[in-house]
Amino acid sequence: MELGPYILLASIEGSVTAAVLALTAVGLSLVFGVMRVVNIAHGEFFMLGAVIAWFVAQALGAHPAVGFAAALIVAPLVVGAIAVAADVTILKRIDYDPERTIVATIGLLYIIQQLTLMGYGPDARPVEAPFNSRLAIPWWEWKDGALQMYWPWGLATTSYKLAVIGAAALVLLGVWAFMTHTRAGLLMRATQQDREMALAFGIPVERVYALVFGIGAGLAALAAVLIVPISQAHYLMGADPLLLSFIVVIIGGLGSLPGTVVAAILIGLSDGIVSVFFSPTLAKILATLLVALVLVFRPGGLFGTRQA
Amino acid sequence: MSERAKVVGLHGGLLVLLFALQFALPAYHHGNLARIMVLASFAIGYNLLFGYTGLLSLGHALFFAAGMYGAGLSVLHFGWSPAPALIVGLAAGAAVSALLGLLALRTAGVAFMIVTLMFAQAGYLAILYFGKWTYGDEGFVIARAARMLHGVDLSDPASRYFAALALFAVSLAVCLWLVRSRFGKTLIAIRENEERTRMLGYDTFARKLGAMVISGAISAAAGAVYGLLFGYVGATFASVQYSIFPLLWVLLGGAGVVVGPFVGTLFMFYLIDLSSGVTTAYMLIAGVVLVLLTLFAPQGLTGELRRRLWPWLP
Repeated sequence: MELGPYILLASIEGSVTAAVLALTAVGLSLVFGVMRVVNIAHGEFFMLGAVIAWFVAQALGAHPAVGFAAALIVAPLVVGAIAVAADVTILKRIDYDPERTIVATIGLLYIIQQLTLMGYGPDARPVEAPFNSRLAIPWWEWKDGALQMYWPWGLATTSYKLAVIGAAALVLLGVWAFMTHTRAGLLMRATQQDREMALAFGIPVERVYALVFGIGAGLAALAAVLIVPISQAHYLMGADPLLLSFIVVIIGGLGSLPGTVVAAILIGLSDGIVSVFFSPTLAKILATLLVALVLVFRPGGLFGTRQA
Repeated sequence: MSERAKVVGLHGGLLVLLFALQFALPAYHHGNLARIMVLASFAIGYNLLFGYTGLLSLGHALFFAAGMYGAGLSVLHFGWSPAPALIVGLAAGAAVSALLGLLALRTAGVAFMIVTLMFAQAGYLAILYFGKWTYGDEGFVIARAARMLHGVDLSDPASRYFAALALFAVSLAVCLWLVRSRFGKTLIAIRENEERTRMLGYDTFARKLGAMVISGAISAAAGAVYGLLFGYVGATFASVQYSIFPLLWVLLGGAGVVVGPFVGTLFMFYLIDLSSGVTTAYMLIAGVVLVLLTLFAPQGLTGELRRRLWPWLP
């Protein structure tokens, strides 16, 4: 394959990564923005979403589309409920102290991960996509003085991958509408701006926190359900999304949702294209170093305006 | 009894007890205790930074691995004997911690935790990336012949126990001396109120950097000794898990208490040892203990002891 089609292919793959990453990272960013805590267990909520999707699809056993649709609803709800329970039983009791929350969510990470290992086992299992037709993509080249269309071998994607990108965009729009046009979103933004003042105005801050933590986890779970037909459900799959979400949230400016989405698209796309030229490990090393240095020298993030 | 006598008595007594135990313990626990003493030294290094200076690092695996690989690679590639290899490991740990300190100490709180986590992750990935020399995930074995220190075979259980005890005794003594010195008192002042300490005219950045380098060097020494005594160097020791472990041990044993790290390591080691007989998901225990500690006993075991019975515990 020539370079042009190759890069097109890489950017389609990158867009799928970016779409899923944006959902996951927006969940993390929302939690950080409103609650001012870092949730290290976020990747495990992602993993839990994928594993629950597998269980739901197995339990229904009907047409793959039925199982998948059910998982799309059940997984985020169950994971959100687990997150709310964790918030009420653990985070609330340590008063959302930033450092103790990190330690507690590290504990939560191991609890969720190891319980999954015990209940689900160490295997990676696939969930069947609801639809998955192959779509070949044409390419043009200059030949004999005219532009000619042809179908390069291997340049193709699936309808499902395009659907993932569309679905993620829809959900992100939904989150945006929810935050800006509903009363619950208004309460969340008020809490984010000034917790004390929100309390003084009678906003039930604790309930807002529980809700935000649940929504954040639910978004991660939703992202996982979308990706699980492409990659597989495995009990250790939470580490990479966690790391990438961190990178995205930090580069996009801590707690800024538009910044997070822009950074997710940037990182997702460059991840796809960079790994064409470099080894994935080297790409990861560079990305982690970049994040650490951004935090050291530009703590507001590359696109962020507000200090964290 | 004066406070000083109590302090010397307790810590000296612990070392004498550990010395005596080697004649009494069955082989299995004898080996375990040697491992625990090395890991407890790692935790002592961690405690200096976390317990006394109030800096929560999530990247100490980087220092442990710097020591381990510094020593291991110089044995593997240059055929050096354990003594110079240990010095290389120590120097590597000090250099890495100084470099990380210069960068990470520009941040505070949560940002410090994330920056240390990210650098440690980059270090772990670098070990995998340079697999040609480090053998990446599989790691490498340090041959028995290379583990001879002036005619003493470090792979022999008795001398291994002695070496571990020596490392632990040195780490414990350094820590005890340090936290009772002027430097250590300043570190505690920084933990309690950094603004005020700076107002009093102390250069807090330089002192935090100092604490970081000492902490990193002790952790690296533990890493180097671990590699040399148990003969295996692998990338697992650089993974996030080995940054979480010292935090867990110190939190459990008691942050800001000199014997805390040892108590925490001992408890956690046997907790995991016993549970791994029941299930492969032994990290579940670590998770549950972490959550319970943050909820109910942020002071840890010896911290509670100090609060209730022995207020003189350093």
